[in-house]
Amino acid sequence: MARSVTPRRKLINTTVAWAIGLLIFFPILWTILTSFKSEAEAIAAPPIFLGFDWTLENYRIVMERSDYGRFLWNSIIIAGLSTVLGCIIAVPAAWSMAFVPSKRTKDILLWMLSTKMLPAVGVLYPIYLIFIELGLLDSRAGLVVVLMLINLPIIVWMLYTYFKEIPGEILEAARMDGATLRQELIYVLTPMAVPGIASTLLLNFILAWNEAFWTLNLTAVNAAPLTAFIASYSSPEGLFFAKLSAASTMAIAPILILGWFSQKQLVRGLTFGAVK
Amino acid sequence: MATKASRSAARIMMAPAVILLLGWMLVPLIMTLWFSFRVYLPLRGGDQGWAGFDNYTRFVSSSSFWPAVQTTLIIVLGVLAITVIFGILIALLLDQPIWGQGVVRILVIAPFFVMPTVSALVWKNMFMDPVNGLFAHLWRFFGAEPVSWLSDASMGSIIMIVSWQWLPFATLILLTAVQSLDSEQLEAAEMDGAPWLKRFWFIVLPHLSRAITIVILIQTIFLLAIFAEIFVTTGGAFGTRTLSYLIFQRVLESQNVGLGSAGGVYAIILANIIAIFLMRIVGKNLD
Repeated sequence: MARSVTPRRKLINTTVAWAIGLLIFFPILWTILTSFKSEAEAIAAPPIFLGFDWTLENYRIVMERSDYGRFLWNSIIIAGLSTVLGCIIAVPAAWSMAFVPSKRTKDILLWMLSTKMLPAVGVLYPIYLIFIELGLLDSRAGLVVVLMLINLPIIVWMLYTYFKEIPGEILEAARMDGATLRQELIYVLTPMAVPGIASTLLLNFILAWNEAFWTLNLTAVNAAPLTAFIASYSSPEGLFFAKLSAASTMAIAPILILGWFSQKQLVRGLTFGAVK
Repeated sequence: MATKASRSAARIMMAPAVILLLGWMLVPLIMTLWFSFRVYLPLRGGDQGWAGFDNYTRFVSSSSFWPAVQTTLIIVLGVLAITVIFGILIALLLDQPIWGQGVVRILVIAPFFVMPTVSALVWKNMFMDPVNGLFAHLWRFFGAEPVSWLSDASMGSIIMIVSWQWLPFATLILLTAVQSLDSEQLEAAEMDGAPWLKRFWFIVLPHLSRAITIVILIQTIFLLAIFAEIFVTTGGAFGTRTLSYLIFQRVLESQNVGLGSAGGVYAIILANIIAIFLMRIVGKNLD
């Protein structure tokens, strides 16, 4: 509904919008700035905004002290594998629902969505018990499976809405020309579906990266990803603002950058196609 | 268009996803139901037989139940009110022609990508710390006594942190909805001399109603389950123990699985009631 307005009005709107945007972004900006200060400057009163001695010392200390690399690697493995695995399982399902719909397709889609609504805390102990029985507690494999399962409904839904937009006639034409189901899938559908699949991978990687219920409750040392790494700073002895900021910046930077690329897909992925 | 062969192929392709989700839903659900009827204390004698509905009545009659319900409601309603109201205002503003719109959009959306443990810790220490936090500096600058936010204003602080995380979500969805509004209708109303508030109330708000409903439903489901924000800030102290946090404590901290499972069943029922409304809206959109 964008309309033309007077330059004066546009100037006012711009000022207010930028003020609000910066206010909302400020905690992130402040964290990034603090990560380059010394501990003394980080708690200086009055606070120093830019006029401090920029240093990378905090990053060096955090990486040395806490084995940051292992947490980062766990996050990448867990978020990455759970997303890829989810896509491998979801692509055929979404494909068949989009192109060979039956009377029950809608019910199946809605039922899948409903599994996403199951409160995690309600099934915490059973999962905990199953993990102990199978020796999966504090293992990356266990978390990959759990995160894959909690995001599977969203992956199926996103892919379904993307596949729905591919015209069915093209597939029919391919079938007329004698393409087998496998050929149809590999040579016709896949090239057209790649952008949708990429967006789905991206958004779900972000969701898995930030997941903080199962990653906190099912890991201890070996499989702990960055969410748990940061949570370990909540103890009072970890209260060093500059180091906390450096650790936080490292945990959120990769995802902030990926997130900015995915903002268009966000609405589709999180409202299940109900808002366009 | 679909042949018999492609139908059975479709079924096979759907099978892995359906079977996995079915297992993921049913196995833990049945186990939780089972435990909820047992006296089950893993560290104090294990499974000690049937409890009937004892766990259910005990969970509800415990002195921490109603405060937890109240806390949950205040957090959910507080965050919903803040995110929806400010979400609408910011969406309307971002829809106007402004310079640097793309950058402002990115700034507003950013908090959504911050992992919950980071945002909780950053707010807790760097902003709300009563000695070195930025708010404490600000308060002292204006000659006021710094507030120890997370103990003296714990609920307000948690609502603030969670709202900051969810405002981008509400804004983004409402902005998408605002952009699909037909501007001719608004211009016609403007020419007829309808004041700004009336145009907003009779044209913009009805157009947004569906998006607002979806924001409320989806956020409610996620807000009922917030965990990390409480886990790293107050640990459930200072009156911030929500229903999910209470269940978490019963199951993992006091290791009373029977009691916690009964609480879990309540939580599942509650979430399902809300989910039904969401499904209706999403389902309508599928046809």
